[in-house]
Amino acid sequence: MKIPDLTELALRNLRESLLRNSLTTVGISVGVASLVAMLSLGTGLQQLFSQRLAKSGLFDTVFVSSRRDLRGMGREEERKGPTPGESRVLDEPARQEIERLPNVLEAYPDIRFVTELRYEDKPHLTMISALPVSAKSTDAFDGMQGGFFSSDAAPEVILQKSFAEELLGKTPPLGAPDPNVADLAKPLVGKELTMRYAQRQVAPAPQPPVRASASADDSIAGAAYSVVPREQKLRIVGISDLDPESMRGPMRAKVFLPLKLAESLHVMQPTDLREISRAATDQPVYSSISVRVKNPAQVQLVEEAIKKMGFNTFSILDASNSLRQVFRVLYAFLGIFGSLALAVASIGIVNTLVMAILERRREIGIMKAIGASDGDVKKLFFAEAGAMGILGGIVGVVLGWAIGQIINFGTNIWLKSQSLPPEHFWAVPLWLVVFSILFAFVVSLVSGLYPASRAARLDPVQALRYE
Amino acid sequence: MGETLIRAVDGISLEVRTGEFVALLGSSGSGKSSVLNLIAGLDRPTSGSVVVQGRDLAKLSREELAKYRLHIVGMVFQSFNLIASMTLAENVELPLRFAEVDRSERPGRAQEALERVGLRARMNHRPSELSGGEQQRAALARALINRPQLLLADEPTGNLDSHTGTEIMDLVREFNQQLGMTVVMVTHERALAERYAQRMIFLADGKLIDDRPNAGAAPATQGGRP
Repeated sequence: MKIPDLTELALRNLRESLLRNSLTTVGISVGVASLVAMLSLGTGLQQLFSQRLAKSGLFDTVFVSSRRDLRGMGREEERKGPTPGESRVLDEPARQEIERLPNVLEAYPDIRFVTELRYEDKPHLTMISALPVSAKSTDAFDGMQGGFFSSDAAPEVILQKSFAEELLGKTPPLGAPDPNVADLAKPLVGKELTMRYAQRQVAPAPQPPVRASASADDSIAGAAYSVVPREQKLRIVGISDLDPESMRGPMRAKVFLPLKLAESLHVMQPTDLREISRAATDQPVYSSISVRVKNPAQVQLVEEAIKKMGFNTFSILDASNSLRQVFRVLYAFLGIFGSLALAVASIGIVNTLVMAILERRREIGIMKAIGASDGDVKKLFFAEAGAMGILGGIVGVVLGWAIGQIINFGTNIWLKSQSLPPEHFWAVPLWLVVFSILFAFVVSLVSGLYPASRAARLDPVQALRYE
Repeated sequence: MGETLIRAVDGISLEVRTGEFVALLGSSGSGKSSVLNLIAGLDRPTSGSVVVQGRDLAKLSREELAKYRLHIVGMVFQSFNLIASMTLAENVELPLRFAEVDRSERPGRAQEALERVGLRARMNHRPSELSGGEQQRAALARALINRPQLLLADEPTGNLDSHTGTEIMDLVREFNQQLGMTVVMVTHERALAERYAQRMIFLADGKLIDDRPNAGAAPATQGGRP
C-alpha cells in the first residue's frame, strides 16, 4: 500500500474508536509537553547565560596581549610563562605578522584611553576605544540607532547608551528597564562633542646617528617624547545598544572612535610609560590587539598559532566552552526527566493497538483474504501508531509552549514584585519543535512494533471464523 | 481448531479446468471449506500440493500468496465480510489500494464494478444500511475489482432467502459465462448446485466420494489448462 492510502486508512481507523485513541494521543501530548517544557527551560537558561557573551559579537575575535603584561599577576602565571627572552613586544611588525596568519581577517590594535569629553560645556570623564569600520558587520551593533562611522578617519563618535543617558543628565535608578535607544538618539545624533586628550609627541629628531660615535646621551634623546594637551571636535553619529558591563576588550568602553582617527591622534597610552625604554621611535606599541577570524570555528587554530608566536590570547570561546559543558549536563538531566512521561505514554500506545487488534481481528482477516499482505497490515498499524505520535507531538509542543509561557509570565510577575528586571528564560527554538515531534513519532513507531507484527501474523482463516 | 491435528482434507485429488463452474458439496465438517481455503491460498496443505496456473501454492512465500489472493482470486463469503466502517464504494476500492492502483483510476473502476452488480445508487451507503442480498452483491463487486481469473464462493447464499439467493447465483453464473472466470463454490444445497454448476464434487470426512458432471447447467464457454 502506498503512503497516502496508509495515512487515509489509519486516520479512518483512529476515528472509529475516537475516545480511546484521543486519550492515548493526549497521553503522548502530555509526554511531549513535559519534554518540551524541560528542554525549553534548559535552552532558555543557556540563552540567558550566554546572551551576555554572545551579544558582544566577539565569537570570531581573539584578543592578543603581550606576555610581559601578565608578569607578576600571579605566581602560577609566572612559572608557566615563557622566559623573558621568548616574550615579544606587541608592536606594528607583530601586528602585521599576526594579520598574515591563515584564516585571519584582520588584526587591529586596541586603542583605549580615559579622557575628558565636553558636551554643552560640561566635562565627562570616560573610557574611549577605537573601532575598525569592519566592526559594523558584527552583531554587536545590531540594535544601534543613527549610523556607523562614515569613514575610518572621520571625526565622528558613537556613544554607548548609558553614556548617552549621562550626557542628557538622566541617570536611571538601579534595576530600571533598559532605556529606549531611539529616545536617546533623537536629541544627540548630529551634535558635537569636544574631546580633550594628551598627545604623545616625538621629540625633535636627534642628530643623524653616527654609529661609531653614538653616545649614551643620543639613545636617551631618541627615547624622549613630550606630552601635549590637545582638543578634537567630534560629531555624534550613533547610539549603540551595547551593554558595557557584559563586554570585554574594545567594547568595554562607552565611547567609540574610528580606528584610523584614533591612531592619528597619538593619544598617550598607559603602555607608553611601561615600554618607554623600547619605544624609542614613533613606532607604536600596543597594549593589546584584536584579531578577527574568518569563521568562529577557526578561532582555536588561530589562537594556537598566536600563542606560538609568544603572545597571550583570550577569546570568548574559552569562556563559553566551560559554560557549554555545564549546560550539556543540565540538558541531559532535563531531557531524561522530560522523556519519562513520554515513555509512559508509549506504553499507552502499545495497549491501545493491542486492543485494536482484538477488536479488528475480523477486519484484518477480511483484508488478508482479499489480498492484503502481512506487510500491508503491519504498515497500517505502524501508520496508526505514527499518526498518534505526530498528532500527540504537535499538540504536545503547543501545550509545552503554553506551559512555558505561563510559568515565564508568573515568574516575571514575581521578579517584578522583587523589583528585578524581567527575564526571558524560556525558549522554544525551531529545532526543539521539530525534534520533539520527530521524537514522538519515532517513539510511537517503536511502540507500534509489537502490535503491528502481531497483527501481521494473524491467521486469516482463524480471524474470519472469529465472530 | 484446538491442539489435536484433524485431517480436514485427506487425499483429495482434484483438477479444475479454466472457465469451469464447480460446486463442492458435502455436509458441515466434510472439509469442503478447507479445500476452498487451500485453493484461496489462505491455508497451506501439510502435505501435497495445490497448483494454480502452474504455480504450487504450497511453495509460495506469504508475500507471494498475498499477491496471488489479490490478483488471481476473488472471494465471497457466507457472511459477506464487508468492512462495516466503510461505504460500499470504499469496500469495493480496498483491493485496489492493496494492488497500488493509481488513485485517479480507482473511483471509476469501483463504480464500474458496482454498476455491474446493480448497486451504483447505493455506493455511498454503509453495509449496515443494506439488505443481505445487496451486501452480497457488493462483496461480488469487490471480488471482481482486480479482474481475477478465479472466483471462490463459500456458501454465498447461506445467509439469504431463496429469492435473493437466486439473484446472487445468477450474477455468479454471469461472471462465469461472460467474464470467463473459473468458479469454485462451496455449498450444502444440492438443488443450487444442480441448477448452476457444470460439475459437482461430493466430499465427506475430508475425502472425495463423488465427482460428476452436471448436465442440467449451461455448458462452459471455453476449456483450457488445469
